[in-house]
Amino acid sequence: MFAYIVRRLALMLVTLIGISIIIFVLLRVVPGNIVDILFDAAGFVDPSDKANLEKELGLNLPIYQQYLNWIGGLLHGDLGYSYVSEKPALQEILPRIPITARLAGLALLFSASIGIPLGVLSAVHQGSRLDYALRVVSLSGLSLPSFWLGLLILMASVSLFGSMPIYNPNPKTWTEAIAIYAVPAMAVGFRSAALTMRITRSSMLEILRQDYIRTARAKGASESSVNYHHALKNAILPVITVIGIEAAFLIGGLIVTETVFNIPGVARFLVEALRWRDYPIVQNLVMLIAVVVVVANFTVDMLYAAIDPRIRYTD
Amino acid sequence: MRSARTLAAAVLLLLPACDIASAEPKQGGILRMYHRDSPGSASIHEGATYSVNVPFMPVFNNLVIFKQDVAQNSVDSIVPDLAESWAWSPDNKKLTFKLKQGVKWHDGKPFTSADVKCTFDMLMGKSQQKFRQNPRKSWYDQVSDVTVNGDYEASFNLKRPQPALLSLLASGYTPVYPCHVSPGEMRTHPIGTGPFKFVEFKANESIKLTKNPDYFKKGLPHLDGIEFTIITNRSTAILGFVSGKFDMTFPTEVSIPLLKEVKAQAPNAICVVEPINVSTNIIVNSSSPPFDNADIRRALALALDRKAFIQIMFEGQADIGGTMLPAPGGLWAMPKEMLESIPGYGPNVNASREEARKLMQKAGYGPDKRLAVKVSTRNIPIYRDPAVILIDQLKSIYIDGELDVVDTAQWFPKVARKDYSLGLNLTGNAVDDPDQSFYENYSCGSERNYTNYCNKEIEKLFDQQSAETDKEKRKKLVWEIDKKLQEDVARPIIFHGRTGTCWQPYVKGVTVMVNSSYNGYRYEDVWMDK
Repeated sequence: MFAYIVRRLALMLVTLIGISIIIFVLLRVVPGNIVDILFDAAGFVDPSDKANLEKELGLNLPIYQQYLNWIGGLLHGDLGYSYVSEKPALQEILPRIPITARLAGLALLFSASIGIPLGVLSAVHQGSRLDYALRVVSLSGLSLPSFWLGLLILMASVSLFGSMPIYNPNPKTWTEAIAIYAVPAMAVGFRSAALTMRITRSSMLEILRQDYIRTARAKGASESSVNYHHALKNAILPVITVIGIEAAFLIGGLIVTETVFNIPGVARFLVEALRWRDYPIVQNLVMLIAVVVVVANFTVDMLYAAIDPRIRYTD
Repeated sequence: MRSARTLAAAVLLLLPACDIASAEPKQGGILRMYHRDSPGSASIHEGATYSVNVPFMPVFNNLVIFKQDVAQNSVDSIVPDLAESWAWSPDNKKLTFKLKQGVKWHDGKPFTSADVKCTFDMLMGKSQQKFRQNPRKSWYDQVSDVTVNGDYEASFNLKRPQPALLSLLASGYTPVYPCHVSPGEMRTHPIGTGPFKFVEFKANESIKLTKNPDYFKKGLPHLDGIEFTIITNRSTAILGFVSGKFDMTFPTEVSIPLLKEVKAQAPNAICVVEPINVSTNIIVNSSSPPFDNADIRRALALALDRKAFIQIMFEGQADIGGTMLPAPGGLWAMPKEMLESIPGYGPNVNASREEARKLMQKAGYGPDKRLAVKVSTRNIPIYRDPAVILIDQLKSIYIDGELDVVDTAQWFPKVARKDYSLGLNLTGNAVDDPDQSFYENYSCGSERNYTNYCNKEIEKLFDQQSAETDKEKRKKLVWEIDKKLQEDVARPIIFHGRTGTCWQPYVKGVTVMVNSSYNGYRYEDVWMDK
């Protein structure tokens, strides 16, 4: 097991190095850099001023040199400076992480706490009206884009309550404090909840047809014991896999949700940084996301072993 | 009886005016606005968008400024700001400003003529310290140097008379910077003399300004501060205004269709629709086929149905004109009959298109041999939408356009290197003055002369009008130039757009400028009646 973990960690490192190279090169392959954006929008361009700025930002160096400078800095905890705000990248990124983490955590919690019980209910009552209703809900969750859902929620809030739950760094009441995170989390988590529900349902249906479930029932176990103790425990593995994958994909949903609800998190910041070709911010943020995804995958793998005693990672 | 009724009606009409006139401005309150995007920096001199002017103009003062409660910017509406007075020399080649005394920068240091010299030396590229970018350097092409006489007098020495200089100095784009603060610091933490002090700028989040208690204009500002929440999503921003989260929308950012939504959901909101001095125009690459053929360029200009553009995009609320902003907002617009005499501007679109088809046939195109072109434009709606309408209109003269949307980062490099055939572009003018518009967009060799248009005769007229001190004579010259530019299809102007600004009824003292969207954001007179 220990050797397996070490091997996985080494693989994670290789993956991250690969990602760092890909993102670094891709960013520079995309036409235009911040100097182009700043100068060309302004019109009157003095080529020497442009060259000076490229030199000041280190954009005139060979690409491998720029990469090594970045990685060297990363290893020393120096993420460089934002080209736009001219502040240290770390100072720009750090305050935004808890905001997005809170939102993502709440969205995943919403997804699991709604998706799993409803999925079980739907499976247990297969073919009933409740099952059909829940399937419609899950289908709508998969079909509704989160930005559209977000806008609908905002419009409804304005129309019904005369206020809207967009981000406020200093909420005046505890309800506002909850609303500014919970409402966007629901908007972004609705899709994940729907997917979790569908996976739980299909996995449960498969398990409920197994012989050992019949045996449990024959032995007189209660329905809830059969469903939750025997069936769900065995049906949960694919659900965990999906939640793990969703955690990785969540960032896509967060970009639009943070924009619609005006939340100053990492995801929206990444889009703005891309617009400005703010390389230090983009490459460090993408690396951060890559680390989150890789660690999430690793955690899911470890959870398999914790949940299912049949799974053992061999050296 | 009739006279009594008339009197009563007159009294009723006067009542609101009296109410406004007698209302004493209330002190205090934070004006909450949303900002449409996160500006690249806080330095107005390095910015090329009013996204920088709006939040940071209140931090600064100019030497002179367009009076903030007069909607139409003109030489007549220019008032002293940091200057106490100004005077032209008899030969109109020296403009001298007497400066106010006792003015302090926000960090407590005194303002002197040295700051004026520093600022303009830097703008002219003559100082050791450099701006990262200096988009309006050409505004000062005719200034040979700035000299000072003691601490409170500064003079602009010109190579030739240029009456427009005063207007350029009165723009929101021309604040005076402190000598003792570096351009780098001004990008992140601007220091000014203005009514509001900079507090913080959190990228993508907010910009906060607070009242300057030591402001040299006594009794001003009325507000305790201004807070801009950066909201890039337009729907969210408008919903925020409607729900009362904001006291004012971002200036001139509410489109006509959105305005209807605002009025429906917030019927008490005060909204105005004004021209913004931004023209939507066609850029034609005349240096390569097929548009090196003057007949095809002329046909293009004749094919335009400007009213259709305005109807579709602005529900009729936009203006038709030449290069200069149309009247009544614009000061330099050609008279209507002169404008309508230009090919393609007449009321009979069908007749113009018939003429255009003949020109196309002369160039070898027709119903069986259509001309295929790419219509390049920026990938944002205000560019894309008219480009689509243009493509549709060009079909009527045997031109099949294909929309080529270009990422913003690539748009300006693409047009600057003339890597396009036909493009749809927007041109904004910070000051309603021909000097600002003509040299920038039509002068031979100018970086922003995207169409490569170069006419030495017109160039001479540019200089002639620029040096003309008689306003009426200058106006006639400008009309002549503008007419010629349109006839030459230098950059066919399709329309001049209008947009809306809204504020809550308790916000007072807001004036939206009608011939520029860059100059009216000092906010020192704004107050809140609540």
